[in-house]
Amino acid sequence: MGVSEIYGRSDYAIIGSLVEPGTRVLDLGCGEGLLLSWLKENKRVNARGVELVGASVQKAIACGVSVYQGNLESALEDYPDRAFDYVILSQTLQETRHPLKVLEGMLRIGKHAVVAFPNFGHWSMRMAHLFTGRAPKTPLFPHDWYDSPNIHFLTVDDFEALAHKQHWRIERRIFLSGSRQVTMLPNLTAEVAVFLFTAS
Amino acid sequence: MISSTATVTFDSLDLDCGVTLAPVDCAYETYGTLNSEKSNGILVAHAFSGDAHAAGDGGWWGNMIGPGKGFDTDQYFVICANVLGGCRGTTGPGSINPATNGPWGMTFPVITISDMVRLQKKLIDHLGIARLLAVAGGSMGGMQALEWAVSYPDQVLAALPIATTHRHSAQQIAFNEVGRQAIMADPDWQGGNYYDRRPPARGLAVARMVGHITYMSDESMREKFGRRLRNSDEFEVESYLRYRGYKFVDRFDANSYIYITRAMDIYDLTQHGSLPSLFENIDTRFLVISFTSDWLYPSYQSLEIVSALRSRNCDVAYVNLQSAYGHDAFLVEVKEQTELVTGFLKSTAREASVGRK
Repeated sequence: MGVSEIYGRSDYAIIGSLVEPGTRVLDLGCGEGLLLSWLKENKRVNARGVELVGASVQKAIACGVSVYQGNLESALEDYPDRAFDYVILSQTLQETRHPLKVLEGMLRIGKHAVVAFPNFGHWSMRMAHLFTGRAPKTPLFPHDWYDSPNIHFLTVDDFEALAHKQHWRIERRIFLSGSRQVTMLPNLTAEVAVFLFTAS
Repeated sequence: MISSTATVTFDSLDLDCGVTLAPVDCAYETYGTLNSEKSNGILVAHAFSGDAHAAGDGGWWGNMIGPGKGFDTDQYFVICANVLGGCRGTTGPGSINPATNGPWGMTFPVITISDMVRLQKKLIDHLGIARLLAVAGGSMGGMQALEWAVSYPDQVLAALPIATTHRHSAQQIAFNEVGRQAIMADPDWQGGNYYDRRPPARGLAVARMVGHITYMSDESMREKFGRRLRNSDEFEVESYLRYRGYKFVDRFDANSYIYITRAMDIYDLTQHGSLPSLFENIDTRFLVISFTSDWLYPSYQSLEIVSALRSRNCDVAYVNLQSAYGHDAFLVEVKEQTELVTGFLKSTAREASVGRK
């Protein structure tokens, strides 16, 4: 059984498939540790997580996953260089205060970084903005502007440009629309983008 | 669950202060069954005023230890020993000094947390356990769990330091000193030589009253007592503290109070190196728990330990549990701790392939 069937999150399915068995994995903003539990069970990884919400941390620890309760941006600072094979940031990049610092931190402590984020360039966002003239509210970004956890909005092309500027090497790029993978015009068609990358 | 306190006598114990204590009694209880590989042993270390009676009727952690509980005695073999310096069966200042045939009193050598752990190690060896599945404890028990992990990393698969610190702050030392001074100010203390006469009950009771204040929180005291009166000239809180103080006198020795609080105060895990350096190459898994309203052992102290562990990429889980009960929370917040401890121990045992029987 794949991850997506278990948890219904397509980005988990993709991330699950990117991680090599027996590796050391850190999941930033790991919630209740579902992805980590799956990776532990199915890929025999050494799983660690960081999560801010106490109730989620409790559930994760109760499931046997070693999760640290803390802010992920400051948590990155404690870990030694290259402590992990993969550092995962799933659907949280757009919520961080200093995304570039977070990404650089991930590449310092991990050999590979994996980010998954909702693509603000998706056609539905563009249409919503164009036709309503208001802050877009779509199934992908369901929040009102005043109570959204998202504070940075980025597109597939934005991330590619940043990676180019920082000389990061993108090893895999996977684009999803629902649970379907898309390849054509990802900046327009992808709802979620997953990047596996390393420092150059 | 029935378990009675057993006592084992060891020939000697070398103390940090250079003195060799001989012989040394160690009182302990066990719950559950040690499996054939002797791999399911869990040592539970008691806090300052606890004893070997951890589980069952009146056990100090009875809600956490037992069949189907956090420390599940259907799965694990749980051991709890009275600490060195104690007064509940293990050698302490109230024991007989073989050289004089009288009680040690204040001539008892200075003891440390690592001395307590060294005695526990002898007990674990005596029970034939080469490697513990876990060492767990709150408050002073948490100090012992930390000490175990650092002193015997290969013999402890997991450590659960709860509501604790790797060294006391000035505030913690200050409260302990008030307790000690209350005892020593009692004329009945007699320099510690009171074993054949009236013990310093008033001093010890006052010391305990101060202790109880530090174990609660403003919120829990407000809820529990408020400004309610017990009778026309006595607040509920006064009556409660006095009751707890005088109950304590029946089961605790004033000199043990002085020696054990001193051991806590002088404990400093970093005296042998920085905290991160002590956790270098430690494979022990950690579950660190603190409580939001615990102002005696505030969560920043747990975070110092956790930060150091993470800086050495040790396997550590940490949560700051929401609670209004102050330092007492580790004895009171059963539901949350049960879930955490159950999951943590289960995954530790599974990864180490620890059998049930």
